[in-house]
Amino acid sequence: MSSAGNVRAVTVQVALPYHLRNLAHVEGDVLLEVRAPVTLRAVLDALEARYPMLRGTIRDYATGQRRAFLRFFASETDWSHESPDAELPEAVAAGREPLLILGAIAGG
Amino acid sequence: MSSVRVLVGTRKGAFVLSSDGKRKDWTVSGPFFAGWEIYHVKGSPADPNRIYVSQTSGWFGQLIQRSDDGGKTWHQPGLPNEAIPPPGPPSALPNRFEYDSSPETGKPLMTHQWYDGTQHPWEFKRVWHVEPSLTDPDTVYAGVEDAALFRSTDGGENWHELAGLRGHGTGPMWQPGAGGMGLHTIILDPSNPNRIYIAISAAGAFRTDDGGATWKPINKGLRSQFIPDPNAEIGHCVHHVAIHRLRPDVLFMQKHWDVMRSDNAGDHWHEVSGNLPTDFGFAIDVHAHEPETIYVVPIKSDSEHFPLDGKLRVYRSRTGGNEWEPLAKGLPERDCYVNVLRDAMAVDSLDKCGVYFGTTGGQVYATADAGDIWTPIVRDLPAVLSVEVQTFD
Repeated sequence: MSSAGNVRAVTVQVALPYHLRNLAHVEGDVLLEVRAPVTLRAVLDALEARYPMLRGTIRDYATGQRRAFLRFFASETDWSHESPDAELPEAVAAGREPLLILGAIAGG
Repeated sequence: MSSVRVLVGTRKGAFVLSSDGKRKDWTVSGPFFAGWEIYHVKGSPADPNRIYVSQTSGWFGQLIQRSDDGGKTWHQPGLPNEAIPPPGPPSALPNRFEYDSSPETGKPLMTHQWYDGTQHPWEFKRVWHVEPSLTDPDTVYAGVEDAALFRSTDGGENWHELAGLRGHGTGPMWQPGAGGMGLHTIILDPSNPNRIYIAISAAGAFRTDDGGATWKPINKGLRSQFIPDPNAEIGHCVHHVAIHRLRPDVLFMQKHWDVMRSDNAGDHWHEVSGNLPTDFGFAIDVHAHEPETIYVVPIKSDSEHFPLDGKLRVYRSRTGGNEWEPLAKGLPERDCYVNVLRDAMAVDSLDKCGVYFGTTGGQVYATADAGDIWTPIVRDLPAVLSVEVQTFD
């Protein structure tokens, strides 16, 4: 945890699907500094700022909405239909568990 | 020593096939972007090391990739692979294709016709075709679905729509076919930098004479059974168009049925199907040195997208159409039910013109003698979506 001014920043883990790991040139989960409140939007903003090659691959460029064949999971709960501005579960926000970004299994 | 580089886009990655001028022994590199649909790969005529790629996926959307070293390494334009980006808003948005409906375009357009006859918002889905400028390696055009034309002048880092095309007047009547409403063909006139031809499924062909500011349909003379009005300005399903650089006013078109020709830059078309066993197909191209020699791959019908009688044949006309001869030597003569898609044929410009095409069965065939004998370069790639060739003399 770090702080900038009076705003806390935490280290959040994000698990990316295979193709996005390749695009970002990472192996395993990524670690991101995210300022509180740790919401889905804040995490995705931080992800795209750190890895700009992922812009448009998770959230549609035009609408900003989650792409149809991706899902978000946090603490074993589907967060895909939650408000992007709702705070993520404490375990994810504290960096103990990752935010999972999954691609639809079927298809291709 | 001369050589060729064949750029192949497939359903599961891109491949680069290289050979010397003999075109007998080939090196296969790839798959690049493994697992992604690569709709098109094309090199810049102005800088052969500059190659642009349309990389797309139903899960993750559209990416543009670029190589500056002839296909050895790739990056999204403006986004170096390893660097940590500087703070602040991004300067490069290589994957953003935003329709321009601003009042400044003069003709903002928000909707097109949908399958049920209602008006439907324009929605970006993917880039079908990339067309690098003939003279500037940093300028490149992109044909997209839902149909529109974009241009980048900074090497693919940012894209802007040439909105005059969608807004020229007939746009609201454009309607997708079952394969989507894609702008799949872009031809830059080598003799006139202001003239561009494009074609859209299933709106038809269009031309600009002022660099893309204004456009007009060029579909007079086309006949389509599904269009009752013989003078319909738009709605024809144009599959592909090709020209020869020495005769840029002469266009050849493979339509959804019929092979057509125009001798006046598309102002009027006439049929040149002649003795083809079937005139349905997708790909069409022109011999590099003989402007009247054209190639098509006849496909049985719009209901059965495979060769007649299971025999894969290219047909060649040396008379600009009407008189066609089958080219079969080295191609499968039985049990062949592949298709050849619209962007999956290309020619090189070596003295003995080479012709190349890829199939939905994953084969890429080549001829080093303008079509007399064919051999497979590779047999087992994923379904081939596009083939382009770079020639090094």
